[in-house]
Amino acid sequence: MSTPKIVRVAGGQGFWGDSLDAPRQQVTRGPVDYLMLDYLAEVTMSILQKQKERDPNMGYARDFIGAMESVLDAVVNKGVKVIANAGGVNPEACAAAVLEMAAAKGAAGKLKIGVITGDNLLSRIDELIASGHELRNMDTGEPLSVVRDRVVAANAYIGSTPIVEALAKGANVVIVGRSTDTALTMAPLRHEFGWGAEEWDKLAAGIIAGHIIECGAQCSGGNCLHDWRSIEHLEDVGYPIVEATADGTFVVTKHAGTGGRVSVPTVSEQLVYEMGDPHSYITPDVVADFSSIRLAADGENRVRVHSIVGRPATDKLKVSIAYRAGYKAVGSLVYSWPDALEKAQAAERILRERLIRLGLHFEHILTEFVGANATHGRLAGPDAGKDAPEVQFRIGVRDADKKKVERFTREIAPLVLNGPPSVTGFAGGRPKVEEIVAYWPALVDKSVVQTHVEVIS
Amino acid sequence: MKVRLLDIAHARSGDKGDTANVGLIALKPEWYAVLSQHVTLDRVVEHFRGVINGGVERFELPNLSALNFLLHGALDGGGTLSLKTDAQGKVYSTALLRLVLDIPDAEARGLGLPEFRGA
Repeated sequence: MSTPKIVRVAGGQGFWGDSLDAPRQQVTRGPVDYLMLDYLAEVTMSILQKQKERDPNMGYARDFIGAMESVLDAVVNKGVKVIANAGGVNPEACAAAVLEMAAAKGAAGKLKIGVITGDNLLSRIDELIASGHELRNMDTGEPLSVVRDRVVAANAYIGSTPIVEALAKGANVVIVGRSTDTALTMAPLRHEFGWGAEEWDKLAAGIIAGHIIECGAQCSGGNCLHDWRSIEHLEDVGYPIVEATADGTFVVTKHAGTGGRVSVPTVSEQLVYEMGDPHSYITPDVVADFSSIRLAADGENRVRVHSIVGRPATDKLKVSIAYRAGYKAVGSLVYSWPDALEKAQAAERILRERLIRLGLHFEHILTEFVGANATHGRLAGPDAGKDAPEVQFRIGVRDADKKKVERFTREIAPLVLNGPPSVTGFAGGRPKVEEIVAYWPALVDKSVVQTHVEVIS
Repeated sequence: MKVRLLDIAHARSGDKGDTANVGLIALKPEWYAVLSQHVTLDRVVEHFRGVINGGVERFELPNLSALNFLLHGALDGGGTLSLKTDAQGKVYSTALLRLVLDIPDAEARGLGLPEFRGA
């Protein structure tokens, strides 16, 4: 009897800014077939759009080029395939940069890069609005026309189908723009096992495998509250690997000899992370039902996941829109024992009174006392912060008027000499004024988004 | 008997816009019944009163021995708009674990629940 085919998908990046060395470790410390790298958070696209406006050759996750260099040997010599949503708003430029790097490393002609476009709707917004697509904010219900003139990026979250197509065309590297994070894991399983576009349970299994590993080590011991003291060697934490079989069951594990832990509790914590209605986890490919998931310990650092159920996908795609929403600044000072909290509270009263005397009223102002109430508010109890060795006074403002926010930033440092005593922690200087680029989630009919797959080498 | 969630469950939280989610997972499968019966919607609404500005939704996941709560209006606008330290709701998980339940003695002893003797 032959053993069933196993496909190994490794998660090597949970967000843009995650460990630079994780991708290389994933392909060198044990066997993997696919390396999945997730670079995009909700507001990343707007940052990339700004970069592209300054330089038409930019607008993708630059870290990906270094990651590709670090795994190039495995891709060229071991047949590992890489799937990444590193393309941002410029997947073509990202692919060109990877090819240039490969050529410089003597691997010209060894890469076939699948480039997926069509998710970027920025240039089509007016056409979409004119043809009746209001792109209403999923949270507030407002139509996009309210902020139309401030929109800086608009991308549809695309599913696994174009990635599967790129793999079928022989790509060993697939670069997408705004795909869903979960599609990066599901696509290679669809490709390898030939899952049809209506095999809902298997597609849902692929999505849930993707959900578990899309945040990197957050399912393999990182940020794990359960028995956290006993999770060893996080300095060498193993990033997660999915070992999938054709029937849609899979095992979550990590390479032997790495730190961290894969257990039912570590995987459970990741399953509930950023969960909405667990019965309907909506993706472009399938609606997955998290209430169907069964977990079972399957040996050391191995968790078996099975019995997953899915339902037909909807006829909509989610669109991630970014728009300019004013300015903000956050400043802080640290007050020491004795009476640290009382001094910090006095500083707040003085500062707020000064802002009023300056005629500065903000759309929003928020104070926190770090060490007393910043994370849990009144739930920390009436004695929180009392007799603390130090308390950080942290105050932020938000407003459409940049000048007002700038003026606010000049009022923090003076408190060091003209406010309550035993104050420090101002070495960072005046707080920085940041432009806010906010997130506008919307839905659009699937029929208006056409993806395009090109394989270049 | 007083029982604190921290002693019978673990949790992880995250964000979706101005909503924080908290997934609450029983430390032992047999303790899930305590979560499902005693960590009611009303109890959680009351716990977060004054801390969040919106409503609460509650979902049951007996297969994971877990409950999921959506805390609306929890993140000062959420995402880049938020001025909060915890703009992404990463530590609402531990805020929920502060909840202290009153469990009938017989039930608590039968399940071997640890008693909370703090304030």
